Amino acid sequence: MTVTRAEYCVIACAEAWRGDGEVLASPMGLIPALGARLARLTFAPDLLLTDGEAMLVRPDGTPEGWLPYRRHLEFVTGGRRHVMMGASQIDRFGNQNISCVGDWARPKRQLLGVRGAPVNTLNNPTSYWVPRHSRRVFVETVDMVCGVGYDHAGGARFHRIPRVVSDLGVFDFATPDHSMRLASLHPGVTVEDVREATSFALTVPDDVPPTREPTAEDLRLVREVLDPANARAREVS
Amino acid sequence: MGDKTMTADEAVARLRSGMTLGIGGWGSRRKPMALVRALLRSDVRDLTVVSYGGPDVGMLAAAGRIRKLVAAFVTLDSIPLEPHYRAARERGAIDLMEIDEAMFLWGLRAAANRLPFLPVRAGLGSDVMRVNPGLRTVTSPYDDGETFVAMPALRLDAALVHVNRADRLGNGQYLGPDPYFDDLFCAAADEAYMSCERIVDTAELTKEAAPQTLLIGRHTVTGVVEAPGGAHFTSCAPDYGRDEAAQREYATTPWPEYAGRLLDPPAREGS
Repeated sequence: MTVTRAEYCVIACAEAWRGDGEVLASPMGLIPALGARLARLTFAPDLLLTDGEAMLVRPDGTPEGWLPYRRHLEFVTGGRRHVMMGASQIDRFGNQNISCVGDWARPKRQLLGVRGAPVNTLNNPTSYWVPRHSRRVFVETVDMVCGVGYDHAGGARFHRIPRVVSDLGVFDFATPDHSMRLASLHPGVTVEDVREATSFALTVPDDVPPTREPTAEDLRLVREVLDPANARAREVS
Repeated sequence: MGDKTMTADEAVARLRSGMTLGIGGWGSRRKPMALVRALLRSDVRDLTVVSYGGPDVGMLAAAGRIRKLVAAFVTLDSIPLEPHYRAARERGAIDLMEIDEAMFLWGLRAAANRLPFLPVRAGLGSDVMRVNPGLRTVTSPYDDGETFVAMPALRLDAALVHVNRADRLGNGQYLGPDPYFDDLFCAAADEAYMSCERIVDTAELTKEAAPQTLLIGRHTVTGVVEAPGGAHFTSCAPDYGRDEAAQREYATTPWPEYAGRLLDPPAREGS
């Protein structure tokens, strides 16, 4: 069976937590959640995971700690956490918007609100997941800065955006001015595809590596253990 | 020691238009919905509502009771975008103080501790500062010299919360996995009205449950309302989960029609 695009996305999300050590992985969305659990079961066994509510749990669901919202916010400010949030809009310096589209005073579309994006981005590593890479999401300027990008962070002590994962590839900010760079392409995607779906100028290295292949064990875990009902195919097809 | 029991309508009769009102719970979880419905039956309006928003905000916004909202989000959890709040925002019907979740918590903590502000490492660099031009920053007087947002105290005229059990004196107990911030809402408020699934004798509170489930102290509570199902359709673990069908009905029914049904004599409340 060939590896699906959704499976490459799971791998690319999992890799966000590589080398993080004993921190809380906070994935938002199905594919980031599969990625975090895959990382925990393979190369990042010290990661902490929640049940999505108030408990820290092992991959089999066994509770190992209590994490109600008030303590979750302390995890954020304590910095031992790496969150992967969604983004309704994201720009070339990593500013992210989930609040509203249009003029904030009277929005064209009210979305979630800033939620915890400001506290997340100033306190712990914050990555992003975009299931449908398009010009409407990868915009020149976001309508409301919720997650703080490199050009707004003013060198804040704990600000870091390790990566942005989309259905087309992986992006980071490893450029001199911390603008977005294409870090890897999912197999089957071209640089041209990414450029067409992005409103701003991306840095594209001469040689863009492919997103890594899943191991046989990765595929077994994703297909048989973590997501046997193949819900991932509904998020990315 | 005083018996603080009252009905939901009696509790709401003590509220006045123009108040700053904190509402406990989180999103569509353990919201004091029986008290919110009583508020909708009353003529209290022009409220400044402070809430980790859910259908409480949606209903009050749809009914035109909110002048100003202080929130980081409004959501129904299983339905990510609250439709009535959304409509109110898109027609420019409410004034919004949009702040981050942690700024909100620090604001409640400042109020509960009678501090004018608390420094918080959140908000700087984001448009929270642009849309709240009244927010100020504070610089550490120590060697680090770091700059923080000085999150102002979210002092409340009144708070509404819902818990699993309470005694008649106002000691409140949560039995689910998350206390949310209900104790802080009560401590940050001049008056707090706490509904509960069941009023029990004080000795019953710790007969089976551990003492740390005693979330809310009577010194912070003005009135106790027994309201079985009083969080419905939001969740109230472990007594009941969210009534997803009822929530879907709320989210998909035009407000005037839904409000007509809602304001009929309540079937699920014990008050």
